[in-house]
Amino acid sequence: MAELEYKVVVGLEIHVQLCTKSKMFCNCAVEFGQRPNSRVCPVCLGMPGVLPVMNKQALEYAVLVALALNCEIAGFTKWDRKSYYYPDLPKNYQISQYDLPFSANGFIEIPLEEGRTKRIRIIRAHLEEDAGKNLHTAGNFSQVDLNRAGTPLLEIVTEPDMNSTAEVRALAVELQRMVRFLGVSEADMQKGHMRFEPNINLVITKDGAEYKTPIVEIKNLNSFRALERSVDYEVQRQLDEFLETGETMETGNKSTRGWDDTNEVTVLQREKEEAPDYRYFPEPDLVPVELTEQWVEDIRARLCELPIKRQMRYVSEYKLSDYDAGVLTAERSTAEFFDEAVKAGGVAKRVCNLLTQVGLKLANEAGCSLAEVGLVAENVAELAKMIDAGTVSATAGNTIMQEMAKSGKAAQIIAEELSLIQKSDAGELETIVDEVLAENPKAVDDVKSGGKKSKKARGFLLGQVMQKTKGRANPKVVSQILGKKLN
Amino acid sequence: MAEKIDQAQVRKVARLSRLDLTEAEVEEFTGQLSAILDYVEKMNELDTANVEPLAHCLPVSNVFRADSVKESLGTEKTLANAPQRDGEFFKVPKILDGSSGA
Amino acid sequence: MANELLNKDCKELRDEIAAGRIKSVAATEAVFETIEKYDPVLGAYISTFEEQALAKAQEVDDKIAAGEAVGGLAGVPIAVKDNMCTTFGATTCASKILENFHAPYNATAVEKLLSADAVIVGKTNMDEFAMGSSTENSGLKQTVNPWNTSCVPGGSSGGSAAAVAGRLCFAALGSDTGGSIRQPASFCGVVGLKPTYGRVSRFGLVAYGSSLDQIGPITRTVADSALMMNIIAGHDPADSTSVDEAAAPVCDYLEKLDEPIEKLKIAIVPEFVAGADEQVQKALTESIDVYKGLGAEVIEIDMPHLDYAIAAYYVIATAEASSNLARYDGVHYGHRTANPKDYVEVYSKSRAEAFGKEVKRRIMLGTYALSSGYYDAYYLKALKVRNLIRGDFASAFEKCDCVMMPVSPTVAFKIGEKIDDPLKMYLSDIYTIAANLAGVPSISIPCGFDENGLPIGLQILTPAFAEEKLLRIARMFEKETDWHSRKPLATNFHE
Ligand SMILES: [Mg+2]
Ligand SMILES: [Zn+2]
Repeated sequence: MAELEYKVVVGLEIHVQLCTKSKMFCNCAVEFGQRPNSRVCPVCLGMPGVLPVMNKQALEYAVLVALALNCEIAGFTKWDRKSYYYPDLPKNYQISQYDLPFSANGFIEIPLEEGRTKRIRIIRAHLEEDAGKNLHTAGNFSQVDLNRAGTPLLEIVTEPDMNSTAEVRALAVELQRMVRFLGVSEADMQKGHMRFEPNINLVITKDGAEYKTPIVEIKNLNSFRALERSVDYEVQRQLDEFLETGETMETGNKSTRGWDDTNEVTVLQREKEEAPDYRYFPEPDLVPVELTEQWVEDIRARLCELPIKRQMRYVSEYKLSDYDAGVLTAERSTAEFFDEAVKAGGVAKRVCNLLTQVGLKLANEAGCSLAEVGLVAENVAELAKMIDAGTVSATAGNTIMQEMAKSGKAAQIIAEELSLIQKSDAGELETIVDEVLAENPKAVDDVKSGGKKSKKARGFLLGQVMQKTKGRANPKVVSQILGKKLN
Repeated sequence: MAEKIDQAQVRKVARLSRLDLTEAEVEEFTGQLSAILDYVEKMNELDTANVEPLAHCLPVSNVFRADSVKESLGTEKTLANAPQRDGEFFKVPKILDGSSGA
Repeated sequence: MANELLNKDCKELRDEIAAGRIKSVAATEAVFETIEKYDPVLGAYISTFEEQALAKAQEVDDKIAAGEAVGGLAGVPIAVKDNMCTTFGATTCASKILENFHAPYNATAVEKLLSADAVIVGKTNMDEFAMGSSTENSGLKQTVNPWNTSCVPGGSSGGSAAAVAGRLCFAALGSDTGGSIRQPASFCGVVGLKPTYGRVSRFGLVAYGSSLDQIGPITRTVADSALMMNIIAGHDPADSTSVDEAAAPVCDYLEKLDEPIEKLKIAIVPEFVAGADEQVQKALTESIDVYKGLGAEVIEIDMPHLDYAIAAYYVIATAEASSNLARYDGVHYGHRTANPKDYVEVYSKSRAEAFGKEVKRRIMLGTYALSSGYYDAYYLKALKVRNLIRGDFASAFEKCDCVMMPVSPTVAFKIGEKIDDPLKMYLSDIYTIAANLAGVPSISIPCGFDENGLPIGLQILTPAFAEEKLLRIARMFEKETDWHSRKPLATNFHE
């Protein structure tokens, strides 16, 4: 058997729907799940004589993402028409950007295992309009719904810098988290807000020689699962095909395959020789865009600390686990709430526990974000401090969190109202301990005799003190007193 | 004079243009387009090496609208001119390939 | 009586109606009588709206009687080229593919006419999708020249020009991509103005060559042209290429119309004009003499790139058209073939069945020019040539107030004469196309007749957004001559 090694090479094209209120070039609402063809006007229906007018918000959202992707922003950018005939594309051309996209040459850091990251280069990001939807019926016809036609789409193209399915997934997930953080897309996969088109091939080393398999583009994947599975499938398929045919890459050509979700296979759509001729040319109905430095700086000011940076900071600065840091940075509002609470004086670890154990659970139950649960960062910080100071127990702290979300009251007030303040006054507790010791001579003997029963008896005595104080005694202080008296 | 465009190219362009031409039309257009292209190549007399292409003849840029929603046409008006519809959808013969290009 | 009424220009008619001396209903009825009598011969209209027009006329008359304010074209019967969308009637572009298309919106220019209380009488014939110079490419009907019914009216706004000349309306809207307002105006002996690109909104104008198309008025007098511009010019937020009024203010084009331009400096381009017919050249020379008589200075200049305008135009316009017309595919509206075997045939058969020859030819040419491997040689090259042509105008206007040249190298030609030779037809646009490529305004005014009694037009071009000056220069000539007041009805088929 010949010596064979291979490297997977993947580049991604990602389409992200921007969450503007209205479409890219008309005032129709961008709304998912409406009745078919109910969010359509003459412009997005491509009727004769109508003209597009650019949505400024869509451009600013797009620039924001490009800045987050460390791209260079073009001072001058323009629109082009990309021609192809398809029933979901009413004008039979898509308004897109060809030779002068608004941004290029960036990169994104993606998280790998054990807190490592990898830099994936971004070739370009450009804006375009989405197509509608063709629905394939059981009958001998298809249906066309144009509600989605004209929705602003950001197309991001990476260099083929990913070398494993895990890296492809990490990029997809990181990008989703990023655009959500920036508030420019809901990035809901189920609603088709993010679609992926991986370009895949292999670099095979066999008997000391290097071979490259032909590049395959897989169209329109709209779940992380389909993305992973299709890349895995394609790697194996290309390997098998190479071993069988020995075919290698020719320059400039790639074939297109679709993903069959049911059978989990990729299916050939377009052979390489039939490369489409899109006949790009400058869109005469739209004027160019000049992105002045001032304008770009104004947009840059809206940039926040990005999730991956935050996650790494939480780990290094606060010693949170990578997992917890990931949970806190999954959504921008969560991360911002956390930061605020820490800034207000809560110890990071304690705040993290309160948020992950109570806050996010409440948010989940209510189907809203952490910020919308009703918690106030300062109050959470106060509570964290109280727990750390032993004013309330950790368990009581969770109860108080829940109560804070309901009433919005300060932790101290709730703790008092619910009588959850721990007794830490040594003098007062000593009296109670003395009472308990007097009432339980048997247990005292057990402790003093040492041996097996000693530990259990000590626990029993502690429990008695807690009972007498209705759970409000600080167990640490009680333990200290007990230790002193029984040794 | 050599033909600027041959019948095979005319057929290819017709396919790109989604025009089902008759054989007679292919022949006719081949001759006419050749003559027109031959005339158009008159442009090559001009040295344009240092000339910028002019797509818009007015120096206007940055025309935007605010991100506001206005009422759409409504499904009935949207479909009013449709040659064929299926309920609230436009209806077309079955699309077998799934390759939208967005 | 009816004739006397019909011979009034819009401005007079509007003033009379506003003063209550003439009823809009009377004017509208007179127009429809004429249409009924002569349109079977002229074929100017694709559709007419008699009932709606009379209702609107009545409404205007009532408003005036009640002393209410009315718009700037109150009660004046106007026609609209059938490539401007209207919520009433069909918008066909003289194409079978849109024969039954009903737009749910009005073109901005139409909307402006309506809010100026104009009475829209009908929609006029044209070359299919505005592609042509004779209106012979209409997929729906033939229009003839009111001065000689065996001649073409010019095109593509042939229906509008014939209707205005034949008194089938008082004014009309046309559209001009390479001469489609000015050339038919000159063939029909009326005034046609192509405004600066961006001056009039293109919203609702069915696109042919988007970077060249402009809507403009076809009228019997320069004053009416100014009046129409007062109504239709201006920025439209629905058209990103319509120019902001802060950058280029719209003015009252009527206000100083009768004031001549002091020290007028006219440029002519002798070499470029040398190819025109002898009688056309003669009329041009005589027209220039009229201006000289008014004290104008005339200089000769060279505009070396104008010779390449047709070549650049037929690449740029057809490239844009190939894309603009892609939407007519039988899926969402318009003609669909009867029994497509698959969805691709819905496109290829519907389009093959319903587009006329010239439209197909231009789509093919434009597609070819944009296709991979040819883009640089044709499309990109044409955009560069376009820049050179704009440069020619820029340097010309450093030396003069306006450039004058013929509108067309010939007078109206015979029906059928050029229809089988597309290149020959294209070459007849030689004088009009450059204005579209450079975006500058240009007007065609009647300046004489040939020996067979066919009208000849004088073309005047000024810098971008100088319509006010352009109209004043045209008006100087009109005041000195009476070419514009000749009537085809009296000389030809009218009894
Ligand atoms: Mg795309
Ligand atoms: Zn819309």
